[in-house]
Amino acid sequence: MKKNKLSYAKYGYLFSLPFVIAFLLFSLYPICYTLIIGFTDLKGMGKTSFHFLADPLQNFKVVLAAPTFHTALKNTVFMWVCNFIPQVLLALLLTAWFTDRSSKVRGQGLFKVIFYMPNIITAATIAILFNAMFGYPMGPVNDLLAKMNSVGFFHGLLEKMGLGAPPIYFLQSKTTTRAIVIFIQTWMWYGYTMIILISGVLGISPEIFEAAEVDGAGKWQIFFGITLPNIRPILLFTLVTSLIGGLSMFDIPKLFMLGGPDNATLTTSVYIYNQAFSGSYMYNRAAAASIIMFIIMSVASAILFFIMRDKDEVKMQKIKKEQMKLRKAEERAARKGAKA
Amino acid sequence: MRKKSNPVWMVLVYVVLIFLAILSIMPFLIMMVNATRSTTEIQQHAISLIPSSYTMKNFAILTGKSFNPMRGFLNSLIISTGATICAVYFSTLTAYALVIYDWKLRQPFFTFIMAIMMIPTQVTMIGFYQFVYKIHMTNNFLMLILPAIASPSIVFFMRQYMQPTLSPEIVQSARIDGAREFYIFNHIVLPIMKPAIATQSIFVFVTNWNRLFEPLILLTDQKRYTLPIMVSLLRGDIYKTEYGAVYLGLTLTVLPLIVVYLLLSKYIIAGVALGSVKG
Repeated sequence: MKKNKLSYAKYGYLFSLPFVIAFLLFSLYPICYTLIIGFTDLKGMGKTSFHFLADPLQNFKVVLAAPTFHTALKNTVFMWVCNFIPQVLLALLLTAWFTDRSSKVRGQGLFKVIFYMPNIITAATIAILFNAMFGYPMGPVNDLLAKMNSVGFFHGLLEKMGLGAPPIYFLQSKTTTRAIVIFIQTWMWYGYTMIILISGVLGISPEIFEAAEVDGAGKWQIFFGITLPNIRPILLFTLVTSLIGGLSMFDIPKLFMLGGPDNATLTTSVYIYNQAFSGSYMYNRAAAASIIMFIIMSVASAILFFIMRDKDEVKMQKIKKEQMKLRKAEERAARKGAKA
Repeated sequence: MRKKSNPVWMVLVYVVLIFLAILSIMPFLIMMVNATRSTTEIQQHAISLIPSSYTMKNFAILTGKSFNPMRGFLNSLIISTGATICAVYFSTLTAYALVIYDWKLRQPFFTFIMAIMMIPTQVTMIGFYQFVYKIHMTNNFLMLILPAIASPSIVFFMRQYMQPTLSPEIVQSARIDGAREFYIFNHIVLPIMKPAIATQSIFVFVTNWNRLFEPLILLTDQKRYTLPIMVSLLRGDIYKTEYGAVYLGLTLTVLPLIVVYLLLSKYIIAGVALGSVKG
């Protein structure tokens, strides 16, 4: 028998070989190559030959000192944070509603399908669609504002928000453009986050909820005391994937306003693209910027894992204690019931 | 002792849900209606829910200016199909190697797959472009298809699905029947994995269909443009005043996705939920 097993081991290597080859060729080699290009003078359209620089870190220094890169990095982080927080809050709220055991929301399936839809549509199309939607002087949003302003009640409200006199040239303002990109990101992703969180809640053993209900815990007590701590690992997963996706955001800012106006929506990925594939084709600077971003992402993810993991264990122990308490309470209740 | 919710509260819940639903649908609805309207009509009233009759005229304007939706559709189809087959087949094969065989590097290899799962393509792109340019393959679809062979997150998913589903006894009894290892994988394991393969195929296909960054960099020949690159052309100056045509162009790229989504939404939502529990 043992001999038999040993002779099959080679198939383990054989069957994972295509993966390994493809990874080495299309991922590892390009990463190393990117790193090397970061130390060289490689620039100019269609050039492939290069020399190492006298000061190998020159590109990294130039990128780190470039005001445009600073703007891009600030924008990227700002836009990610501002879209992630409302996205998760909204997803959590919807999760609480959809998994509420005392009052079932009807049509959940349909709502899920509709909320998730923007996520599956080509981001490039969405970027250009929103560009057209906020068109000036006559885009759909301006048209809607004009119609709403003709109603007295809405007019007062809109005037207070500074939207009282359309047409408004939305895409001229840095703040507004950034806000729209943030809105698009939130709008595209809250449905996805919601589905993930719901599946997390459904994975929690129903007994815990039942026990809490028997104990007389209120809706909000249950949500904050049981649901939230139990979906912590899934929140971490959402946080890390969203962070990496957010820090490499490209399609929306690139096509919505080409990183403008005045670099207001320039992200680091758009910066890298522009450095390498426009102007003077500075592959070396783009490579250095890529490596810097790679380091930032790795460090940020590692920190997140570290923070969340530590607290996690502490929390898990607390939950276990609470569960024990609840179970005891349940037993007590059962005994009482038996007596009666 | 479950307390019934306050009916006023429930009304509020539904108002919010319906508002969000309208927010999700409206942009696409406006887009589709405007695709049938003339630029003049759109300039007078940009929002309308009544279709007009300018679709064909818009189509003529659209295709008259370098926008070739059929070509883009075909190119996207070739790349997405190729990438999906590569990703799903080889990921299942790799997962099979991880689940069934006992080899020394099995555990380290799995750890390694977990570690590389999060690397975004953006950071490898400059090196990848230089490499592809050097071997004169920039406009070759293979360079967008073959990298899918190494898809760590799909391997991870397939492994999670395979572990409880595929019992070693089935493989063992096939061996006793004289089947070879590769034959067992193709004729016994793949059919067992069908549900997981179907779910993952949808996601890989859609992801590749929507991809902009890599094709935008690698494909320079107009005949090779994918749909997302075609869409990016609608942002250009040549369509600046052709609102009807722009909306039609956007609609044409979205329509296949919406149809597929409505047909498969049940599986897609279930797939999203499934993928996360493992993370």
